[in-house]
Amino acid sequence: MSLGQQDRARRFEETVMVHLDAAYNLARWLARNEHDAEDVVQEAMLRALRFIDGFHGGNARAWLLAIVRNTYFSWLEKNRAQKDQVTMDENTLYAPGDDAALLEDSVDRLLQEQDSRRLVARALDQLPPEFREAIVLRELEDLSYREIAQVAGIPIGTVMSRLARGRKLLLVILRKLSQEP
Amino acid sequence: MDCSRILDYVHGFVDRELDPVVASEIEKHLEGCAGCRQVYARQSMLQAAVRRHAPYYAAPASLAGRIRANALGTGAREMTAPGDSRRQWLRLGAAVAATAVMTWAITLQVERATKDDRVVEELIAGHARAVLTNHLVDVASSDQHTVKPWLSSRLDFSPPVADLAGAGFPLVGGRLDYLAGRPVGALVFRHRQHVINLFVWPDANAKTAAPAQASSKQGYNVWHWVQAGMTFWAISDLSAADVRAFSETYAGIK
Repeated sequence: MSLGQQDRARRFEETVMVHLDAAYNLARWLARNEHDAEDVVQEAMLRALRFIDGFHGGNARAWLLAIVRNTYFSWLEKNRAQKDQVTMDENTLYAPGDDAALLEDSVDRLLQEQDSRRLVARALDQLPPEFREAIVLRELEDLSYREIAQVAGIPIGTVMSRLARGRKLLLVILRKLSQEP
Repeated sequence: MDCSRILDYVHGFVDRELDPVVASEIEKHLEGCAGCRQVYARQSMLQAAVRRHAPYYAAPASLAGRIRANALGTGAREMTAPGDSRRQWLRLGAAVAATAVMTWAITLQVERATKDDRVVEELIAGHARAVLTNHLVDVASSDQHTVKPWLSSRLDFSPPVADLAGAGFPLVGGRLDYLAGRPVGALVFRHRQHVINLFVWPDANAKTAAPAQASSKQGYNVWHWVQAGMTFWAISDLSAADVRAFSETYAGIK
C-alpha cells in the first residue's frame, strides 16, 4: 500500500469510521429495518471515502450524517417500486380536532406514565420521514439547529418548524397508540 | 412577551437555541403564567421521553469490517490506473490494504499485552450487547446510594459508585455483566446522547502503580486504570478525549 493510500485509509478511520454508530443510527431510523440500514450505511461510507478529500475540518459527524441521509433518499428513490413505504403524510395523521385535544391534561398524564412513554419509539417510527429525521438528529444525535440544517440541507427556520410540527404529530400519534386496546 | 409568542418560541427554548435576551424574557413570562408553564413542561416531558425511550441503534459488530474491506478495496481500484495485466495485483493490493487498515486499527497503541486485548474485545462485546439489546441497566437510578447496594448484594465485592452529573456524566444505573471470566459490575453513564459503560471488578494482581491506558478499537474508545485493588475499564463511542475526561473525573472522586 502506498503512502498516499495509507494516509487516506487513516483519514477514513479518523474522520469517518469513528462515527459509524451515528451513521447506522440515522440510517436505521430512516429505513426502519436493519437490512436496508446496513445497505445504506455501506453505500454512504463508500461515498464518504470518495469525498473525503473535500472535507476540510468542521463537524465530521454532521458531514457524514449528511452523506447518510442523501444516500438514503436516493436509495429510496431507486427502490421505491419494491419498497412498500407506508408512511402517512402530515394531513392523514392530523385531524382538525387534534389541536384542542393536545391541550387537554390527558396528554400530560400520557407523558408521565411509564407504559405510554415506552410507546414513544413506536410513535417516532410512524412519523413522516422529514420529521422523524429532524427529531432523531435533535434528540438522539444532540445536533444543534445549525448542524441539522447542514445535514438535511434546509434553512434553520425550516429546522425549527419541522421540529415543532414533528413534536406535535408525535403527541398525536402517541395519543392514538395509547388508546389502542 | 404575550402567550402567543411563547408558542412560537417554546421549541427553541426547550432546545436552548434562543439568544439569551429572548430566553430570559421567556423565563420571566413563564414565572407569571401557569398556562405557558404547562406548554413548556409538556414539551420538556416529550423531549425527555424521546431521549430516554427511543433506542439509539449502534452499528452491528460485523458492519465495520465489511465497510473497511469494501471501501478500501474500492479505494485501491480508484487510486491506481486500471490495466488488464495488473488486475490480479490490484485485487491482492485491495486485500492487503483492507488487512493493513484493520491491523492499524487494532494496533493503534502499539504496546499492549494480549490479555488486555482480550479484555478489550470482551468490553466491546459487553458494551455493544447492552446498547443493541437496549438492556443498559438492571437497576435504573441516578442515585449512587441505590445503585451501590444493589450491585453489592449481587456481587462478591462492593464497587465504588459515584454520580458525575455535575461534570456532565449523569449516572443512569447499574447492571451485572460477565467479563474476564467473572461476574463484574457495570455502571452506566450518559454524556450527551452517548452511553459510557464503566466495568469494575477486584483484581489482586493488578498493579496500582501501572499508568492508565487508552486504547481504541472498532470505533470505541477505552480507558483503563487500577485503583484501590479494583480494576476499571471505561468504554464508549465518545471521543478518546471525552472517555479520558470521564475516567479522570471518576478516578478523582472515588
